[in-house]
Amino acid sequence: MSRFQPNRRQILAGLGLATGGLTLTACGLDGSTAFGQAGASSTLLIGSADFPESQLLAEIYAAALRQRDLEAQTLPGMGAREAYLGALQEGAVAVVPDYSGNLLLYLDSASRAQTAQEVMQALPGVLPQNLEALAPAPAENKDSLVMRADRARALGLESLADLAPLSGHLSLAAAPEFAERSYGLPGLKRVYDFEPSSFEPINDGGGPLTLAALREGQVDIVDLYSTDPALRSPEFLILQDPGHLILPQQILPLVHKRLVSLEAAQVLEEISALLTTEALMGLNERVVGAEKASPAQAASDWVGQVFPRDS
Amino acid sequence: MSWIAANLPLLGQLTLLHLAQAILPLILGFLLALPLARLALGRRQGQGRKSRGLALRRGLIVNGVGLLYVIPSLALFVLMPLILGTSITSPLNVYAALTLYVLAMMVRSCLDAFQSLPDQILQAAQALGYTRLRAFWQVELPLSLPLLIAGLRVALVANISMVSVGAVIGLQSLGTLFTDGLRRNIPAEIMAGLGLILLLALTLDSLLALLGKKVTPWRVA
Amino acid sequence: MIFEKLWAWFSAPGAWTAPGGIWQRLAEHLAYSGLVLALASLLALPLGIWLGHRGRGEGPILALTGALRALPTLGLLTLLTLWLGLGLTAPVLALLALALAPLLSSAYAGVAHLDPALKQAALAQGMTGRQLLFQVELPLALPLIMGGLRNATLQVVATVPLLAYINLGGLGRYLIDGLALRDYTRMVAAVLLLALLALALDALLALAQRALTSPGIR
Repeated sequence: MSRFQPNRRQILAGLGLATGGLTLTACGLDGSTAFGQAGASSTLLIGSADFPESQLLAEIYAAALRQRDLEAQTLPGMGAREAYLGALQEGAVAVVPDYSGNLLLYLDSASRAQTAQEVMQALPGVLPQNLEALAPAPAENKDSLVMRADRARALGLESLADLAPLSGHLSLAAAPEFAERSYGLPGLKRVYDFEPSSFEPINDGGGPLTLAALREGQVDIVDLYSTDPALRSPEFLILQDPGHLILPQQILPLVHKRLVSLEAAQVLEEISALLTTEALMGLNERVVGAEKASPAQAASDWVGQVFPRDS
Repeated sequence: MSWIAANLPLLGQLTLLHLAQAILPLILGFLLALPLARLALGRRQGQGRKSRGLALRRGLIVNGVGLLYVIPSLALFVLMPLILGTSITSPLNVYAALTLYVLAMMVRSCLDAFQSLPDQILQAAQALGYTRLRAFWQVELPLSLPLLIAGLRVALVANISMVSVGAVIGLQSLGTLFTDGLRRNIPAEIMAGLGLILLLALTLDSLLALLGKKVTPWRVA
Repeated sequence: MIFEKLWAWFSAPGAWTAPGGIWQRLAEHLAYSGLVLALASLLALPLGIWLGHRGRGEGPILALTGALRALPTLGLLTLLTLWLGLGLTAPVLALLALALAPLLSSAYAGVAHLDPALKQAALAQGMTGRQLLFQVELPLALPLIMGGLRNATLQVVATVPLLAYINLGGLGRYLIDGLALRDYTRMVAAVLLLALLALALDALLALAQRALTSPGIR
């Protein structure tokens, strides 16, 4: 293809449509020259899934890049993994935050990896050619199957392994894709021999509706995220997972190799190294808790504190 | 309400995005609907013999674009990448889908507008020696303007409301306030979105009505 | 290729009859739509017809239907769901706003905009107000009212899929789940089913309109 033949992204950018920034960089991680000098704008487009923490993480990456004078824009709310991975492979975005274990299972549902390290070792082998998982953060955020503590106690439940006798008697609510993910309903059946009496797809990313449904007893078990500030409350109980159904989920920047420069990748790994689970919970509290700070605000405050301009 | 005060820049930015997605498709759809509707109308009386395939042609055009209307907007948004080969996150999907909706709405109302003109007017134009093209530009189109603009106003309001559905597939507009407000449990954010969309619809509708009066000075207001 | 995938999707074992299969989603879709349209008709038709009969309230009706048309259903749906929680109330109220506008304006216009000479003739024959309404105005307004109902039906059936964005069923389930899983086959199948459903309902209402219309004005 001639370099003068505009590609789709360039047309979009040329039209100046919607949020689109131009996701071009002169030199990518794989050492290739992207689109020649003509379009060498260097704004990195950082996508995120459609739940607040993912958006927050994207803003953290963007703020860190800006702190080092690299241009970055975010594209929030791209949907579930299927959607944002597709966009990343197409190069419509250059970076997305992801969770190591679920990413691995998505790419290889038969994976035997169990520890955080095994997950990270397995990833490069199954990622598409043009994608790379950068070094993960210490922070972790797992899908957690949660019950009301009083109900769990009454039924004598502490762990997913206790569920088998109640198969077909307890209902479960989670995001729609949980019904078909290997760590979702199929995994519950395979590892713990449990099938819910009914599955309620609630599309709020483990948000207020899911929480309310659990609180009011509309469902028995819900899928929440372990960094959800609401889980600190004693009214809820996280069911243990002795069978390692849900893999370790370290947070990592997943990048499109050609679109992310070595310099940008270094910044992303540096900021990741600073991100602990505790810090992430604090940031989530700011975004979805009483304060309702915007993800961008919370992210840039935190990055400003922990990530010096020059290093 | 403090959420609104703290997020004014975001509201402004989303309003602009919303505006672009509401207006561009409106103009494109209208420009496409005009010739289609005129084609569906065929030759008027006094403009030569009626062509035989006219009923068929009109049926095809009117029912064909009418069919678009039974496809839910959400469905059309998610199908566009399949048809256009675009990325699912590309804003082009929404622009193309909304253009099709405006087209579907406007072909019908353009046809009604053209049909509302008495044939005598066109016969008079022909008698004065106007070519068919000139008669269209200088007689038919200006005289149809009041009804055309009425149709455009309906399409505009519907379009402004429909843009927000794009948020479900991750495209930024005032609709983003709905999806984000739901996830973060911020009713004020959703109310801000509803308020701004109503305001946009009201303002643009009045502007269009005003424009309508400007371009048809021969009508007594 | 897409046709083969579609065929496979539609002919998979249990595609139609399993829980969450096509028949169940279709039934849910019809149930939500029917409930909303019935409630909206109960509210809007008597009000619109009565106001049209009295020839009053044109200004407020225009303003109200204009505002209702501009209100995005997604916004109402998310706001009401946050306030009222999961369940049927919030989505039904949100869709009600959508269905009210075409019903109210067509009922009002159908009656109010009849040729005044007709009303005068009826009154001159000694008809009471009630007879005028039921024997003259309603039969004559029926085509327009049915037009409003068909319009409302198309809009509601095409908007019910949004309910799946929160948690309800209906054919929108395939659209939202398909989107979450990036499963285009499922989404295309949903579009086909939705379009067929809309066309079938519209044809049915057109037949009903023919049957109900007084032979004198057919």
